[in-house]
Amino acid sequence: MAPQGVQKTVEVEPVIPPLPEGYTYATVSDKISSIVLGQRWRRGWFAGFAGAFLLVMLLLYAICYLFVKGVGIWGINIPVAWGFAITSFVWWIGIGHAGTLISAILLLLHQRWRTSINRFAEAMTIFAVACAALFPLLHMGRPWLFYWLFPYYPSYMGTWPQFRSPLVWDVFAVSTYFTVSLIFWYVGLIPDLATLRDRAHTRFKQIVYGMMSLGWRGSAIHWSRYEMASLLLAGLATPLVVSVHTVVSFDFTIAIVPGWHSTIFPPYFVAGAIYSGFAMVLTLAIPLRKFYHLEEFITLRHLDNCAKVMLGTGLIVAYGYMMETYMALYSGDIFEKFMTHNREMGPYWFIYVIVLLFNVLLPQSLWSRRVRRSVPALFALSLIINIGMWTERFMIVVVSLHRDFTPSAWGLFIPTSWDWAVLVGTLGLFTALFYLFIRYLPAISIFETRRELAEEKEGK
Amino acid sequence: MMKRKPVYGLLAEFETPEALLDATQKTHAAGYQRIDAFSPMPIEGLSEACGFEQTKVAPATFIGGAIGASVGFGIQYYASVINFPLNIGGRPYNSWPSFIPITFELTILGASIACLVAMLALNGLPSPYHPVFNVPRFALASRNRFFLCVKARDKQFQLADTRQFLESLAPFGVYEIET
Repeated sequence: MAPQGVQKTVEVEPVIPPLPEGYTYATVSDKISSIVLGQRWRRGWFAGFAGAFLLVMLLLYAICYLFVKGVGIWGINIPVAWGFAITSFVWWIGIGHAGTLISAILLLLHQRWRTSINRFAEAMTIFAVACAALFPLLHMGRPWLFYWLFPYYPSYMGTWPQFRSPLVWDVFAVSTYFTVSLIFWYVGLIPDLATLRDRAHTRFKQIVYGMMSLGWRGSAIHWSRYEMASLLLAGLATPLVVSVHTVVSFDFTIAIVPGWHSTIFPPYFVAGAIYSGFAMVLTLAIPLRKFYHLEEFITLRHLDNCAKVMLGTGLIVAYGYMMETYMALYSGDIFEKFMTHNREMGPYWFIYVIVLLFNVLLPQSLWSRRVRRSVPALFALSLIINIGMWTERFMIVVVSLHRDFTPSAWGLFIPTSWDWAVLVGTLGLFTALFYLFIRYLPAISIFETRRELAEEKEGK
Repeated sequence: MMKRKPVYGLLAEFETPEALLDATQKTHAAGYQRIDAFSPMPIEGLSEACGFEQTKVAPATFIGGAIGASVGFGIQYYASVINFPLNIGGRPYNSWPSFIPITFELTILGASIACLVAMLALNGLPSPYHPVFNVPRFALASRNRFFLCVKARDKQFQLADTRQFLESLAPFGVYEIET
């Protein structure tokens, strides 16, 4: 108890409203659409896009060479048959998950702050899944026969895909995820495309945006069905996003390789996915808000909330690491015990150090509000976590495979420059798509921002 | 003189969502049946004020999901039990637990596609042309203005009377919509 007469002062955190002061329906619409419809080509945009485009060319070159020569140009062999390709596949898919979490799960939970970041997070999902889907195709050896993964008629030699295999589940999970994310994103874009159509000055833009907006006119009856559809799609996407990374984790956990065969994988993978996805949201949001002066829309509060989600999911991931080690020791299984020992002391020991440092240790600084509200610190951390999570997937894929049961079958995986070219190339593809998205589509949902304004005016 | 085009209806412009909602309710109460309101964002209660009741999108989504589930499970059952049974150590052909992931994914896929198609089809989209676009001010319906339309098809519609009625609701302006 404080003594009488002494008033205990409590420092109240100033609330940053989710929307800027002094904006109206008109200015919100004009500000966001002007990024797209502005006549001027920004030099920074051009330079960034050109850089990303060069990497896309590198990707195409690497893919062409791969198709000519085969997967032997990569560092993969037996025992490590899954090298960079599967590592990057899991990483890219995981990045996509944050977009769905923001757009669907936070919608269902009535988290109003999601409004200014959901659109570009959804775009991030689609581009990330597109990059992810490339890898298994490239890894196939004979990618032109990819349709063998689907049941089709008349099938080759009258056989079917192995429906009991997680690798086939993966095909269905990823293709469904891509389709549903695309539907969700497009449905969200329709009213904003109508705004662009009505605000466009040139005939060409009017026609293109007019076609894309499907003739949306904002009728109350249309809105009613639209809202119902958005809600249903959010409800469908929510279990979907959890199922996708669960199925991805089944690719590993249903096999008997030590380091893969573990029941903790599904929740640990889903948490890791959201962890790295939010890191990517920050990596994209921080430059976006700076270069397009969107600080009033993407506020410190948004960054702070993203940082909190990262901290929370990061702790789940840390728990996953702990349990893996504990279960290996507790099981008494010599292969599991050796796997853990090999992670820490084997030829890839530095991978384990990076994983612990980047995914567990450094992100603990997010407990501090000063770090969560410091833009440079968050940006640095987001890059660190992105790298850390890629390294984690490398650890799971490569370090588990390279020494499994029989020492005579051990081997090392050393990536070749073609491995790196494809990885860096997909980063370029992702970035290039994102540049195009910012230039040609509204990066912030305009109609949802207007609705936020309306609700704020009513004092809800 | 050019022949006067037939009128699709009358369009009243309002400046706030509250004014539009209020005017829509009054218009509906005055007995107009074929009315529609236009706004740059969804407004709670506006479609009900137009006399519309939401019914069909959710059942369509459910049906799509049910079809997806049946196809998903059906194709795996057909392949594993009927068309190409493989006896692996006497394990059951219908190993349904391992058919669940694909069944689930296709349920979601079917439901989402049905949801999108139902929403667009019921809304009559895509529709590149609509008479309301003939009113130049209507471009603001996607920005910051709110419109109420009384269609000429309405039994109660009389050009002069309806215009007078709409003007009594204190709109920013009332425009004729040419078809």
